[in-house]
Amino acid sequence: MADRFAGIRYLMPRWSAKLGAGLVIVGLITLFGIVAPFFTADPRDSSNKGLLPPSPEHLLGTTKLGYDVLAQLATGTRGSLYVGLLGGLSAMLLAIVFGILAGYFGGWLDEVLMLATNIMLVIPGLPLVMVIAAYVQNTEGLGDFARSSTLVALILGVTGWAGSAVVLRAQARSLRTREYVAAARVAGERGLRIIFVEIIPNLVPLIAAQLIFGVMAAVLGEAGLSYLGLGPTNSITLGTMLNDAQTGQAVGSHAWWWFIPPGAMIALLGTGLALVNFAIDEIVNPKLRLAPQAARQQRRATKAGKGVAGGGAYA
Amino acid sequence: MSGSLEVRNLHKDFRLRNGVSFSTLHAVADASFAVEPGRTVALVGESGSGKSTIARIITKLETPTSGEVLLDGRPTPRHATREYRRQVQMVFQDPFASLNPFHSISHHIERPLRLHHPGLSADQLRSRVVELLERVHLTPGETYLERRPHELSGGQRQRVAIARALAPGARFVVADEPVSMLDVSIRVGVLNLLADLQRAEGLGVLYITHDLATARHFSDEILVMYRGRIVERGPSDEVILNPRHEYTRKLREAAADPDRLGQLRDEVRSEMTGGPA
Repeated sequence: MADRFAGIRYLMPRWSAKLGAGLVIVGLITLFGIVAPFFTADPRDSSNKGLLPPSPEHLLGTTKLGYDVLAQLATGTRGSLYVGLLGGLSAMLLAIVFGILAGYFGGWLDEVLMLATNIMLVIPGLPLVMVIAAYVQNTEGLGDFARSSTLVALILGVTGWAGSAVVLRAQARSLRTREYVAAARVAGERGLRIIFVEIIPNLVPLIAAQLIFGVMAAVLGEAGLSYLGLGPTNSITLGTMLNDAQTGQAVGSHAWWWFIPPGAMIALLGTGLALVNFAIDEIVNPKLRLAPQAARQQRRATKAGKGVAGGGAYA
Repeated sequence: MSGSLEVRNLHKDFRLRNGVSFSTLHAVADASFAVEPGRTVALVGESGSGKSTIARIITKLETPTSGEVLLDGRPTPRHATREYRRQVQMVFQDPFASLNPFHSISHHIERPLRLHHPGLSADQLRSRVVELLERVHLTPGETYLERRPHELSGGQRQRVAIARALAPGARFVVADEPVSMLDVSIRVGVLNLLADLQRAEGLGVLYITHDLATARHFSDEILVMYRGRIVERGPSDEVILNPRHEYTRKLREAAADPDRLGQLRDEVRSEMTGGPA
């Protein structure tokens, strides 16, 4: 009966130029990744001539082996988004389990979970991912799965949750001592229900920020892995495109249309996600929004000759 | 004693860590008292005297180091059962923190109803929520259902918190400084509401405060706590008018005394002008 979503509105980010730009960039890239593969040529069709510059026939030219770059870019964007989303989601789930359970229950559970988190945190990321990826991919009996983008995404998720877990744990520890949590306990609510109904809704902005950060990290991590030749081999992603471009000496042969589009796509996606993340950060920490605003007002007042701060008190 | 909420020889120690060394803080030492239906016991003392720890032990948010909590003369289990939660409820100090900003007002009252009266249909639930809201003078109740805590004033929020404590059908309510975060002008209103509800339902109230004046106004018996110990107890007028313990006397002198109104101001003025008053 109660309006379960009464609180949603208060969690929505405020509309701002940052949020708008970020959403537009991410939205367009996502749309491109979903829709474009249906309209482009077969990305695995190597019957074209190699290293053609952009032309009306091949809008972004072709690679050394005669693949259409636009078709590869469309499919690669889709592949990278898939890896990013799956990697980000699995990292977020692990971060919630480790961080929030540790923060809420405390005691020995906290010690054990945080020990695991700290170990994950101090192991350097990329080398660990490389070792795991190389190891798993050579495991017998995985078949096609061994070199699939799903596996790469899961590896990135399993190695990338520790930072978010620390942040969520700190916040859950603080929320645990709020009186409304004590009130829920006095009312007779059970532990898990308190976590899911009383605590997690208040962590939604933080979790969303961590998710977006996780997606970004997974996209970049996959690109890095693929560039090193440890990425998925039976699917196309932006990272495998860059790897192909590197092994095909695209830079040496001045085939800019081969390596700039996937590189720019990764950079744009990262920018867009970061912009959305900033907007979400402003809900978590209103000071981020209010301080620059106050500083702007002060500067304006000083310029108009009405300032009393003497120019030194900008926030 | 039957029909009462009693604590017997309650101790609570906290281990404090300072670097590698540990020390023990006796937050509550040997506290025993009983709250009876329809009566109010006030627990008075300064910050850190252990009042809130007692409240948290009675509501089973904290386990005592030793001693027990008895309900109707029977010892209660270490961790609260649903039955115990139904009988003993609490009103928290800070109405701005005790309501979850994410949830609507009806959520806060509906949850305890649902937990302790699982058989209610959605319609019955709704009418019970409205009825509870109106009982704490939030009328008309329907208009409050979908509102969120930040849309209410402090006094209204504290009324919601009281309604939440009444929702399970509690016989005993622990009120931990229920008005200390409210504007002075609405304190009496909230306290009178508590007193009315108490009379109507025969509630036993443990009123925790640092304010002797409201304790006297509101309660039948006063216990004075000092550094974890109950240093003085008795009927409220008796404790206020004939304080026997040093600390109670100090506490009484610290309260604003109508006979000395303006005395401090005059002293300051006379010092500033440099001459004796």
